[in-house]
Amino acid sequence: MQQRIGVFVCHCGTNIAATVDVSAVAAALGREPGVVFARDYQYMCSQAGQDMIKDAIKEYKLTGIVVCSCSPRMHEATFRKTAAAAGINPYMVEIANIREQCSWIHKDKDEGTEKAIILGRAAIAKVCLNVPLTAGEIPVTKRALVIGGGIAGIQTALDIADAGFEVDIVEKKPTIGGKMAQLDKTFPTLDCAACILTPKMVDAGQNEKIHIYSYSEVVSVGGFVGNFTVQIKKKARYVDETKCTGCGLCTEKCPVKNVPNEFNLGMDTRHAVYIPFAQAVPKVATIDPNYCLMLKNGKCGLCSKLCGAGAINYKQEDEIIENKYGAIVAATGYNPISMDKFDEFAYSQSKDVITSLEFERLMNAAGPTGGVLLRPSDNEHPKTIVFVQCVGSRCSADAGKGKEYCSKICCMYTAKHAMLTREKYPDTDVYVFYIDVRTPGKNFDEFYRRAAEQYGVHYIKGMVGKVSPEGKKLKVRGSDLIADKQLHIDADLVVLAAAIEPDKTARPLATMLTASMDTNDFFTEAHPKLRPVESPTAGVFLSGCCQGPKDIPETVAQAGAAASKVIGLLCHDKLTANPCVAHSDEWMCNGCSSCENVCPYHAITYVEKEFRMPDRTTKIRRVASVNPAVCQGCGACTVACPSGAMDLFGFSGKQISAEVDAICR
Amino acid sequence: MQVNEYKPLIVAFCCNWCSYAGADLAGNNRLNYPADVKIIRVPCSCRVNPAFVLRAYQRGADGVLICGCHPGDCHYTTGNYYTRRRMALLFSMLSYLGIEKERTRVEWISAAEGAKFAATMNEFVKTVTDLGKNRRLEDLRCKK
Repeated sequence: MQQRIGVFVCHCGTNIAATVDVSAVAAALGREPGVVFARDYQYMCSQAGQDMIKDAIKEYKLTGIVVCSCSPRMHEATFRKTAAAAGINPYMVEIANIREQCSWIHKDKDEGTEKAIILGRAAIAKVCLNVPLTAGEIPVTKRALVIGGGIAGIQTALDIADAGFEVDIVEKKPTIGGKMAQLDKTFPTLDCAACILTPKMVDAGQNEKIHIYSYSEVVSVGGFVGNFTVQIKKKARYVDETKCTGCGLCTEKCPVKNVPNEFNLGMDTRHAVYIPFAQAVPKVATIDPNYCLMLKNGKCGLCSKLCGAGAINYKQEDEIIENKYGAIVAATGYNPISMDKFDEFAYSQSKDVITSLEFERLMNAAGPTGGVLLRPSDNEHPKTIVFVQCVGSRCSADAGKGKEYCSKICCMYTAKHAMLTREKYPDTDVYVFYIDVRTPGKNFDEFYRRAAEQYGVHYIKGMVGKVSPEGKKLKVRGSDLIADKQLHIDADLVVLAAAIEPDKTARPLATMLTASMDTNDFFTEAHPKLRPVESPTAGVFLSGCCQGPKDIPETVAQAGAAASKVIGLLCHDKLTANPCVAHSDEWMCNGCSSCENVCPYHAITYVEKEFRMPDRTTKIRRVASVNPAVCQGCGACTVACPSGAMDLFGFSGKQISAEVDAICR
Repeated sequence: MQVNEYKPLIVAFCCNWCSYAGADLAGNNRLNYPADVKIIRVPCSCRVNPAFVLRAYQRGADGVLICGCHPGDCHYTTGNYYTRRRMALLFSMLSYLGIEKERTRVEWISAAEGAKFAATMNEFVKTVTDLGKNRRLEDLRCKK
């Protein structure tokens, strides 16, 4: 059938019209074969613009349309709906990207116009070969998986469970709670982190819709939106979770007492069998196999003898659990970066140079010093404390260490630390070295000013060049850029505001989820402004610091947003499938299995089919058959196919060749 | 006044998930690169049949780029591994045909690498401009 194509060129205000002569583009494309209508308009995506498209489709009996506008990633769905509303198949729409890939990157109007015409020509050549497609339906598993049990993961899970859906949390540590559980007070209100977090942990632990897999990891993810299959490895904790009452007797009596306590960042010790902290959820003991005498040498077994519940099981093994989920939320969080490369601050040379998270534990009533601020080296009260900001944040790319981005939370927590120190110990001198103080947040600047003005914290604009331990003191050499002089401070304690980076588990997880990441290993969002909690991979959502540095209120807000997106997905019984899937020409297929071998989704199977041959005999041949519900439309099989039988709807060989021809004409 | 008025014709196949989004990001950030680059969107770099590359040369393209996600980051898990293998074979065939190997290139550009996209295009256009017109494979019968 002869195609009747309509071309619609958008001005996008002046975004396109400033560097592309849109009326010339419409005129040139109007002369292309098959085009019966071409028009430019100020905003194609507006109601008036869409109405214009609908009217033209009806009036000119268009069979396909080309919209020359912004990226198809932006408005392809919009114009497909418009086409469908006017009665033509939504897949008879092609977008020529003349904004992001033309007007915005070129300055010369002639060049821009010429390129826009060529891109439009390619889209016309393609749409002439489009075929109407009907999207199938896929069922949705009404259960969500949240990976990471920090405040982001907990809040997401609670919100999803509130809407009545089942949620599983996978947490690699023995308890949920994450970094927030280690914090002392929170800015800018100074309420205690545990007081606001632990009730939420208990809620999550008791909610019958939420199942927590603690001390567990995701080992594989298969499937796609609505139908993920996830394998979770439940690591052996050598304690039966269903029997352990969390009484803590074993953790007191265990003879191995010298294990560095990771919850207090190694500043004190724990036993080989332990509960990370008093409010842990689930409150179940875990045996550390690296230190337990029974597991290492087969001698001891004290905890087993003591346990009244009989929960200790030295023979427990890792267990793989396979579950199905409709949606997955990544909430893997952050870690402070290693200080190895920042030797100028003497972190490895002196125990009295600590990171801010370590300082947080020192100030915490449940910390190694019971909340009394003591120097780690000699347990004396520090009289002079120097805080160094931006350690590893905002580094230039050439520095070879640190991160280029701003870690966002350090200015505020340093102000908090300085303020709390001055409040508890007014005789302490507190210095803060900063590059800039960044306080964009509700009540943030007021908080910082209170620290600087009311609490008498000395804020010094400049960086610390070197910290050298001399006797009991730490000699801090830095510059004061405002007074334009070098400063020497004899400090008792130096606190480094270490940059934060995504957790190391995020990268392998992103590979499993096929979710994209940026160069810093933060997950990328589907659109930086309009879809900030969705990953570009359908069905995968982002919560908390795995997407970028965030403070607690922002994390909670994003967790709620991610949860609402998950709920929006899970409340559907069926999802529309992508109809741009592979299909094979049974007459051309010779059943060689090349396509089956390259298919990452195992969407291709072989069927024995009866063919009526030209000589009127029948013949049974083995041919490829694509399951459209499983095929994701990558097209690997189309190139692998030696006979050319396999093709992809929406991106057929003919369509792409036609685009190549149109561009090279 | 530019002495060399020659403008190459470059076809870039970009995968929908990484490189095409990277090109969009380059646009969002208004990073300039020459208008000689024309992008064709494909779902995955593994959809690019080596025949498309040959066809582009036959029709008069001076350079061809195939851009995909970084190895290991493919939206379809393994697509760009196929691309890498297929294009390695295509490259040896192209050099056998006498096409300069600099004219064809596979690049891994993620959705976050708008700057890399623009830099790659600038550099590639310069390389191809220096090589001059591709006359070896161009089939004049395809031209009107």
